[in-house]
Amino acid sequence: MALLEIKGLKTHFKTDDGWLHAVDGVDISIDRGETVGVVGESGCGKSVTAKTVMKLIDMPPGKIVAGQVLWKGRDLVPLPPEAMQKIRAKEISIIFQEPMTSLNPVYTVGEQIAESLRLHEGLSRREAMDRAVEMLKLVRIPTPERRVRDYPHQFSGGMRQRVMIAIALACKPQLVIADEPTTALDVTIQAQILDLLQRLKDEMGMAVMLITHAMGVVAEVAQRVVVMYAGKVVEEAPVKALFAHPRHPYTQGLIRSIPRIDLDAQHKVRLEAIPGTVPKLIEPAEGCRFAARCKHARAECRQATPPLREVAPGHRVACILDL
Amino acid sequence: MAGSTPASATAETQALGRPAAPASLWADAWRRFKHHRLAYWSLWALGLLVLAVLLGPLVYKVGINDVDFKARLAPPSWQHPMGTDDLGRDLLARVLYGGRISLAVGMASMVVAIAVGVTIGAIAGMSRGWVDAFLMWITDLFLSMPQLPMLLVLIFFFRDGLKSLVGPEVGIFVLIVLVIGGFRWMPAARVVRAQFFSLREKEFVEAARALGASTQRQMVRHILPNSLGPVIVAATIDVAAAIILESTLSFLGLGFPPDIPTWGRLLFDAKDYLDIAMHWSLFPGLAIFITVLSISFVGDGLRDALDPRRVL
Repeated sequence: MALLEIKGLKTHFKTDDGWLHAVDGVDISIDRGETVGVVGESGCGKSVTAKTVMKLIDMPPGKIVAGQVLWKGRDLVPLPPEAMQKIRAKEISIIFQEPMTSLNPVYTVGEQIAESLRLHEGLSRREAMDRAVEMLKLVRIPTPERRVRDYPHQFSGGMRQRVMIAIALACKPQLVIADEPTTALDVTIQAQILDLLQRLKDEMGMAVMLITHAMGVVAEVAQRVVVMYAGKVVEEAPVKALFAHPRHPYTQGLIRSIPRIDLDAQHKVRLEAIPGTVPKLIEPAEGCRFAARCKHARAECRQATPPLREVAPGHRVACILDL
Repeated sequence: MAGSTPASATAETQALGRPAAPASLWADAWRRFKHHRLAYWSLWALGLLVLAVLLGPLVYKVGINDVDFKARLAPPSWQHPMGTDDLGRDLLARVLYGGRISLAVGMASMVVAIAVGVTIGAIAGMSRGWVDAFLMWITDLFLSMPQLPMLLVLIFFFRDGLKSLVGPEVGIFVLIVLVIGGFRWMPAARVVRAQFFSLREKEFVEAARALGASTQRQMVRHILPNSLGPVIVAATIDVAAAIILESTLSFLGLGFPPDIPTWGRLLFDAKDYLDIAMHWSLFPGLAIFITVLSISFVGDGLRDALDPRRVL
């Protein structure tokens, strides 16, 4: 049994112009100890999927219209808030994108790491603070005994993201959802944070759902990749297969838009981009949602939504064409 | 004085010898507070005033009701530093004694107003929907009521009941505090609601939710402390407003009974003698002025000092 199995998940939001189909029938499964990358442009439903798993969507305006979120076989969707609170941080935790604003400015970082420990493991204040120091040490913050008493504004962006990771891992969850954990950081720090995440994952044996729009990041850390577009999964494959033989035109576009420095000056090519933007998801029409931006699009693409079909073991794609 | 670099702040914390986290928060806050000159000196002024009011009657042993007909309406002199009233009672003694009641009324009313305001504002800001609409409707209702007539009616109706229940002095104190507090909570409620509306959308609140914090815990532990800056300012305004409102009530003769001098009562008694005995109204008026002003400045300083994001 998979650790987490998202089945046919649909999360819609009520807006003044109608229902926005942010997540529209998504299937993702994650095994124990596995790292799954979820990629796609901004606004294609990655974060909403993650927040739906944690049930952090504001309802209303949000609504889980259909589907299941099976956590170790148990569906989280109908779970009451109290039961959900026991799962958050203890079993599934999330690292947010914005380390600058995700920490509460009026508490020391130690108190914030200690909070989930005290909530979920019933540790005393002192025990929790000792654990907080250990966690800071684990995420490589120098002089953790001193830093544990500092406030978030006394940390840099990269350091704060380390603190966020420490908070997320404090209760030793089985799944960590990292929602673009490196987007807000500069490049050198990004590598450090990814490294750290990778190392901690190996040490603690948890599964990671890594949400990102950077293909390079996925190539580096994920074992399996799920490509999302406009609220749907368009391709799913082991990481090597995906980069070697991307099947969906969108995935191909994403991979081609990675800047390359390994080509020498004679072979210099213009960096490709996918023309257009993610379509509006308010009550979308039938048909492949990528068709409007796809250079291979045909008439039948616009008639019915293509289902995911298996093209190789573990490699599924939602495109009617064989590319 | 501690410098403005983080290094010296840490040194200061360590000098205090308290390793617990809150110590550094308070040490930091105190350091920032001292940078606010007006607030710092206002705190001194306020402290002196409170001390004078508390200890004054113990040191300055002139009875508040000692009548001296030979020195009626006497201007300030060595014998009577603030002069005397129309019955020859010493005004310094009366101002000192009256300060106790005025300050107590101010503080207690503020506590009532802030407690009610923060509770209502927090519930409204957190729940939204019809609960919020209903609570804000109540708030608007209270805001739009003509306060003074309502106060007078309430006091008129309940004064005798409370007097017989808990005694004349305590009775009127409780009544005045509840009535003033009950009519001063609306600004705090609105401020807190607005703060909650903006803070509940912040990432750190969502992060707390992601850690399994219940709605109540998010409110009390994560949102409320972040919204306290404006509340502190509202609180200081409330102390000042309560002192003034008590003065108004006493001035209209509906506050404390005539034999208990409060600053407002003293002004009420003095109003008929403004032309021939200015000192009578001058000193209680000055006391109210200094208190209200310094409380406002202290509130300003506190708001700045208690914000840990502020680097000073």
